[in-house]
Amino acid sequence: MKMKWALLTILFTIATVLTGCDNPLMVLDPKGPVAATQANVIMISIWTMAFVVLVVVVLYVLMILKYRASKQSDDYEPPHIEGSKVLEIIWVAIPILIVAFLSVVTVKTTNEVEATPKGYEKQEPLVIYASSSNWKWHFSYPEEDIETVNYLFLPTDRPIEFKLYSFGPIASFWIPQLGGQKYAMSDMVTTLHLAADVPGEYMGRNSNFSGSGFAQQTFNVNVLPTKEYDKWVDEIKATAKPITEDKFNELLEPGHVGQSTFTGTHLKFSPAPEGENSGHHHGTSDTEKTDSEESSKDSHEGHSEHSNH
Amino acid sequence: MDYFDRFAVPHPSPAIYASMIAIGLTMIAVVAGITYFKKWGYLWREWLTTVDHKRIGIMYILSALLMLFRGGADALMMRAQTAVPDNGLLDGQHYNEIFTTHGVVMILFMAMPFIIGLMNIVTPLQVGARDVAFPRLNAVSFWLFFMGAMLFNISFVVGGSPDAGWTSYFPLAGNEFAESVGSNYYAIAIQIAGIGTLLTGINFIVTILKMRAPGMSLMKMPMFTWSILITNFIIVFAFPVLTVALALMTMDRLFGTQFFAMANGGSDMLWANLFWVWGHPEVYIVILPAFGIYSEIISTFARRNLYGYNSMVISMVAISTLSFVVWAHHFYTMGHGAMVNGIFSITTMAIAVPTGVKIFNWLFTLWKGKIVFTVPMLYSLAFIPIFTLGGVTGVMLAMASADYQYHNTMFLVAHFHYVLIPGTVFAVLAGFTYWWPKMFGFMLSEKIGKWSFWFITISFNVTFFPMFITGLDGQARRMYTYSESTGYGPLNMLSFVGAIGLAIGFALILYNIYWSTRYASRNISNDPWDARSLEWATHTPIPEYNFAVVPTVDSTEAFWDSKKKGFKLFSGKIEKIHMPNNSGVPFILSCIFFVWGFAMVFSMWIIAIIATIGIFACMTLRSFEKDHGRYISVEEIEETENKLRGAK
Amino acid sequence: MKIDSSLPLEYSTEENRLKIFGFWIFLGAEIALFATLFATYFVLVEGTGNGPSGEELFKVPTLMLQTIFLLTSSFTIGLGINAMRLGKQKAMLSFFVITLILGLGFLGVEIYEFVEYVHEGATIQTSAFLSSLFTLLGTHGAHVTLGLFWGTFIILQTKKRGFTPETTNKAFIFSLYWHFLDVVWIFIFSFVYLKGMM
Repeated sequence: MKMKWALLTILFTIATVLTGCDNPLMVLDPKGPVAATQANVIMISIWTMAFVVLVVVVLYVLMILKYRASKQSDDYEPPHIEGSKVLEIIWVAIPILIVAFLSVVTVKTTNEVEATPKGYEKQEPLVIYASSSNWKWHFSYPEEDIETVNYLFLPTDRPIEFKLYSFGPIASFWIPQLGGQKYAMSDMVTTLHLAADVPGEYMGRNSNFSGSGFAQQTFNVNVLPTKEYDKWVDEIKATAKPITEDKFNELLEPGHVGQSTFTGTHLKFSPAPEGENSGHHHGTSDTEKTDSEESSKDSHEGHSEHSNH
Repeated sequence: MDYFDRFAVPHPSPAIYASMIAIGLTMIAVVAGITYFKKWGYLWREWLTTVDHKRIGIMYILSALLMLFRGGADALMMRAQTAVPDNGLLDGQHYNEIFTTHGVVMILFMAMPFIIGLMNIVTPLQVGARDVAFPRLNAVSFWLFFMGAMLFNISFVVGGSPDAGWTSYFPLAGNEFAESVGSNYYAIAIQIAGIGTLLTGINFIVTILKMRAPGMSLMKMPMFTWSILITNFIIVFAFPVLTVALALMTMDRLFGTQFFAMANGGSDMLWANLFWVWGHPEVYIVILPAFGIYSEIISTFARRNLYGYNSMVISMVAISTLSFVVWAHHFYTMGHGAMVNGIFSITTMAIAVPTGVKIFNWLFTLWKGKIVFTVPMLYSLAFIPIFTLGGVTGVMLAMASADYQYHNTMFLVAHFHYVLIPGTVFAVLAGFTYWWPKMFGFMLSEKIGKWSFWFITISFNVTFFPMFITGLDGQARRMYTYSESTGYGPLNMLSFVGAIGLAIGFALILYNIYWSTRYASRNISNDPWDARSLEWATHTPIPEYNFAVVPTVDSTEAFWDSKKKGFKLFSGKIEKIHMPNNSGVPFILSCIFFVWGFAMVFSMWIIAIIATIGIFACMTLRSFEKDHGRYISVEEIEETENKLRGAK
Repeated sequence: MKIDSSLPLEYSTEENRLKIFGFWIFLGAEIALFATLFATYFVLVEGTGNGPSGEELFKVPTLMLQTIFLLTSSFTIGLGINAMRLGKQKAMLSFFVITLILGLGFLGVEIYEFVEYVHEGATIQTSAFLSSLFTLLGTHGAHVTLGLFWGTFIILQTKKRGFTPETTNKAFIFSLYWHFLDVVWIFIFSFVYLKGMM
């Protein structure tokens, strides 16, 4: 059957492409613990699913080859078969086991990636506010008191906590080689935990469609050893100009701007929508939200005007 | 002059002007043609006012085919634009409009009406009924869908298409970021079509539950009818959510309410939740009937009864129930934390279990069978492995931690096309070919059909498989272009090549219809596939009353039994038959809805108010009308029956 | 049309039975619709922005008046259907007229209430909370308004044509609709007003 060969080819293509070392796919080429966890989960799921596909394909090919009309006598009359309890229990039970296994993996790893990466718990995380506006990223480093636009410098071997929000449509902050994405929204702050192990330059982008300039809403990520990172911070402090409210508002205008650097952060005059300034009072990543629980927010009068355009 | 500016397209291009001219010329040609051949009366009497489920079904399918080519043209343009890096064929704005309309058209105006069309034609016949429970309501359903689809489509040339994605997330779809009337079209056109769908849901639940032939208990219904019953329950409980969501969107955009606006306590996440509380069940609304179609076709051409009937039914009920509790997996990345994501991961993966049961049951229906490779069977057989790939990637996406990496990427795009194309598109093509002889009295060419099958199946994989890879390589979806350094170029080019192959495959289907209409033999039996369910027990062409005598049933395959075991299907005497009268009200009512929708899109309040009054006037008219239908006399039935029998 | 005389007139034909069953399914869809509106309201109830909250707006007298009107009307339409079953056309018509007058009373109070809100600066555009409140109440109110027209048509038809399978069927279905609106009101009463005032 052509189908069989097509499928086998597909399977082999997946296997070779995913495991190929020359030009590995970004998501499967992690440079930090979070992305590594995720790449592991992906590979576990691919192999588990490859087994499922294999079982289906083998059965399928057998059935099609063996029971085609051309292989049977003209007067063969297929029997009436109701079904079989045993068989049906088997193909309910085995998928349940597979799903149970994957559920355990999912719950465990989801908890992992939603917390400070393993091995980094002892260090104080570096907090960076990443805010999106049409179609740029603003990165505020409150600890260092500097701000960059459309590029990030990160130290290795230190946990990083991104605080995400948006001046406009929902955006999604994503650095594939460091870890999965999370939404940046205008009425709350979400938290993304990442860390980088390997120095280098990585691609970061908004992956959530946000209008006509969305395709170019990318940023560069430079991961440096701690010493060089500190040097970079000092350099910025010595050379960059302070950010002003006017300058910042100018930056917020829709469009594309290149990279720029400032001392100070916009958080002083335009605070992030968290705590007092939140549209909702559940701006952290570990707050549970369902339809009915949504109403549990209790601070609304201190609503920030800046965060809502 | 300023007044008319609003009707102009905000981002015109030569393609749009060309389409305007093409649409104008086509309309003139159609009107002139109908007038020249004096077909206005025929059109009005036989089609526009019909309440016959078979004709309504055919009109649904024709509209769906039309929309298939519209959505397909969008898809081709998208693949052409992304075929090479930094391509300038389309600008960002046009690309955004095209993927938005592609999504809406394919899901709501192609897949749904195609399914509903087949359901209209087949379900009443399969349960041995003379029509649906509420024939006139059925006409209202169709015309509302049709007018909704037309309203959505004119956005392309009048006022501008929606451009916020088929999901239209807020605040992107709010007035601030979507200034053109495009998103108004989205909210109002889908609303009109959605009301029609909701009415269909009610109509078919009643038809299936209350109008089955004597002896056909629920567990003796054909599997397609089962799938339709469950689908319509999903429609009835999911579509009101969409109705509300779209109404809130309309009010936010037109009347300044604050539902999704963040400034005064609104919530953008509320839209995402409402949308997907409808949106995920919607996926099953288009997939479950497909499962039904495959069950019929696989059992027919394996020449065997369906394996595991009971578990097939139970699994569909399980899928439909689970479909309402998985919606949050569409936005794991919204930051609801590990706990909520974990729960939704598990419910989502749980769907794999009943779906797996179905796959194995189909495989075991082939077991000890005698497989005949007709075109409908080819689609059904191709469905099994391809859909399995779609399904397993679905399980992968369900795993929240990994989904943070798949979300918003081409991997996701590949996944849902691997589910929806073999799941729904192959199914409607299979069903369309399978039931075609019952609808039109001749068969489609198997030879051309097989050509288009191979074109579509192979090209489908060529188009969408590369997207799994580019997705894992970090290509986000909905990007109108990318730079060469990303390295996405070659695989995107491959997708474009595949898209051309798909276009050829679909064009071959049109050619097949043309060729078969001209040359295919009209001399076919009532049961050309040697099938198993009741729709094949009546004449071809089907008389308007479907069955002269209502069949009596005592198994899941009574028609098969009547052929093989001498079971007596028709044992009653011919009696006069009560039939509903045709009515122009559904068509007129829907035309007024169209005017209302158009006026709402452009905030023309006076016209909107007049149209609203018109809508209520139609309903009032209906309330006071005395219409008891008509009777077909015994003599007339006998005459028709003799003529149809003689024709064979 | 076959008439089965062993059943009440509104159930007597096949078509009538289908219509009643179909209407129950329709009410299922209506439940989904109102459930969504309630969910929206619960999500946005704290989203008062710069506008007033429910506690500041809701008033007991109008609420009680509305509730009494609507609950009583549900009772009187029940009496109307009972009279219909007994074949008493005059009694049935009177009860239906009373029902509609009560419905009109309800609607009048609701409109008065809305006007009051607007005078206090609480419009549908003020805040997300008010948008959802007006939409929920407004959808219910629109259903009542539609019911007033529908009920009037049924009264006119019954008066002209007497009790036939068609008219009784319509009247019966209308009574289902009216009871449904009453049930929705009980939910609004408890979860919007009482919860908001506490």
